[in-house]
Amino acid sequence: MASLTPQVTTPAGSAPARGGRPRRPRVWRGVVLVIAAVYFLVPLIASFVFTVKAPNQGFSLDAYGKIFSAEGFGGSLLLSLGLGIATIVLVLLLTLPAAVAVRLGAPRLRPVLEVVCTLPLVVPPITFVAGISTVLRWGPDYLASTPFYQTIIAVQNPDFPVVLVLAYVVLALPFAYRSLDAGLGAIDVRTLSEAARNLGASWPHVLLRVIIPNMRSAMASASFLTLALVLGEFTIARLLSFETFPNWIYRISGSQAQVSVAVSVFSLLITWLLLLALSSAGARQRSGV
Amino acid sequence: MRDSRTGSKSRWAAAPLLAFVVIVFGVPMLVLLGGTFTKEGTFSTANLTESLQGAYLTALLGSVKISALVAVLGAVLGTFLAQAVVTSRFRALREAVLTASGVLANFGGVPLAFAWIATLGNSGVVTTTLGLGDYGWSLYNFWGLTLVYLYFSIPLQVLTVVPALDGLRPQWREAAQNNGASTWQFWRYVGIPVLTPALLGGAVLLFGGAFSAYATAQAMVGSTVPLVTLKIADALTGNVLIGHENVALALSLDMIVVAGLVMAVYLPLQRRSARWLR
Repeated sequence: MASLTPQVTTPAGSAPARGGRPRRPRVWRGVVLVIAAVYFLVPLIASFVFTVKAPNQGFSLDAYGKIFSAEGFGGSLLLSLGLGIATIVLVLLLTLPAAVAVRLGAPRLRPVLEVVCTLPLVVPPITFVAGISTVLRWGPDYLASTPFYQTIIAVQNPDFPVVLVLAYVVLALPFAYRSLDAGLGAIDVRTLSEAARNLGASWPHVLLRVIIPNMRSAMASASFLTLALVLGEFTIARLLSFETFPNWIYRISGSQAQVSVAVSVFSLLITWLLLLALSSAGARQRSGV
Repeated sequence: MRDSRTGSKSRWAAAPLLAFVVIVFGVPMLVLLGGTFTKEGTFSTANLTESLQGAYLTALLGSVKISALVAVLGAVLGTFLAQAVVTSRFRALREAVLTASGVLANFGGVPLAFAWIATLGNSGVVTTTLGLGDYGWSLYNFWGLTLVYLYFSIPLQVLTVVPALDGLRPQWREAAQNNGASTWQFWRYVGIPVLTPALLGGAVLLFGGAFSAYATAQAMVGSTVPLVTLKIADALTGNVLIGHENVALALSLDMIVVAGLVMAVYLPLQRRSARWLR
């Protein structure tokens, strides 16, 4: 990018060569931007209007107040947050060592990991859950006499369905691996780890005290993306019948349309904040390097 | 000697990840494959045949149709929006549109459906304000769903194509103009060929997103629009005849084959477009 910048500035200086043409592009650009603004802003504004428009009394923020008192709100949100945190921990534990290994000693593994990380994109979540639910249905029949039977029952505990964490880790892998790999590309892992090794550090020590501190923002971005994914995931949780946050929104929409739209607006705001935090963390890393 | 030692050691660091994927992803996929070809305990292709007939075939074709439409419309409209932003002189506009695209591309699922229902549904704000109901407007059909899917597809295309548009060097345009090319000729012989991998790659991503979307369709149209994801969900929740449960698995296999074929187009393209992004 840096090498491109001086080249980009050249045409600005040579603009007169284009004569009187810039007027036409400006018109189509304006039209495109206005249409886009209408298309993207109207649903957001209309949703907000929908939530604050009470039948007889005009403006009212009641729907937003009702979110917190609605039955099931706290439980489902806590469940989704818990699943999110567990998924983040597990996905980082699995991906970080693998990403470091690919960079340092086993470049031949890179194509394998690339394929692994493409699979969840080829396999739609609904087909993944079709496979999972079949395993959960058949498993008890075939494994009744083995210890796996207890495992299959345990992962479906409705208080904390581990099976969802496992599925979400698979869905989050591509995003986590890509952002960790990009983060490793931005620091000189080999020099850092060789320096630390020469000074007598053990491998776990190198990972914990040298690599991870340098990877904070890449890990933060992997975590944010995973959290956003888990908080919004509907398909798998619904078909395995666990009431996570999106499932709760769906359930209450029948009886309390306004509240469900209010929660939707609210959750968009949360995603917005998460991603803003993400991009500012990224900007800080770029200026730091 | 030293290299091969660290190499074999490093490979072990990736082992937990690979083992995890083999178990958590591989086992369900194997069971899916096995179940597709099993009927009443014996090997059979009956499930697969059934999944390619009647209402199931209609649903599969419906999904392909809406995904293709969203992919083409989203790729074209997203590229125009991206070009408008890239050529703009206002740095802030570019930053704002890219940030918004990042958020809106992830705005899917149930909340998206409810936002649109509140806007253009039967008692939506815009519908009632403009009295669209009198003109026979309904959001709950094929075109309504397309409109809603574009809401996250266009931003995704903007994110995909902006790096490629940035890679179109102004020098190429100047060189073409110096040789007497018109704007149309520049785009026809230089711009579009350079952008093709990025455009097609974006279209494939949009296809995949629309093809596998379930939450939005379920929350918005229920079953009025035939889609394969809705059929699979129906069959999985026991909404089929006894003995036909495995049709859900066969339908899933159909979906994976379609998505796999489309993604197979994408991967080589991505490699080619990477060349222009330096």
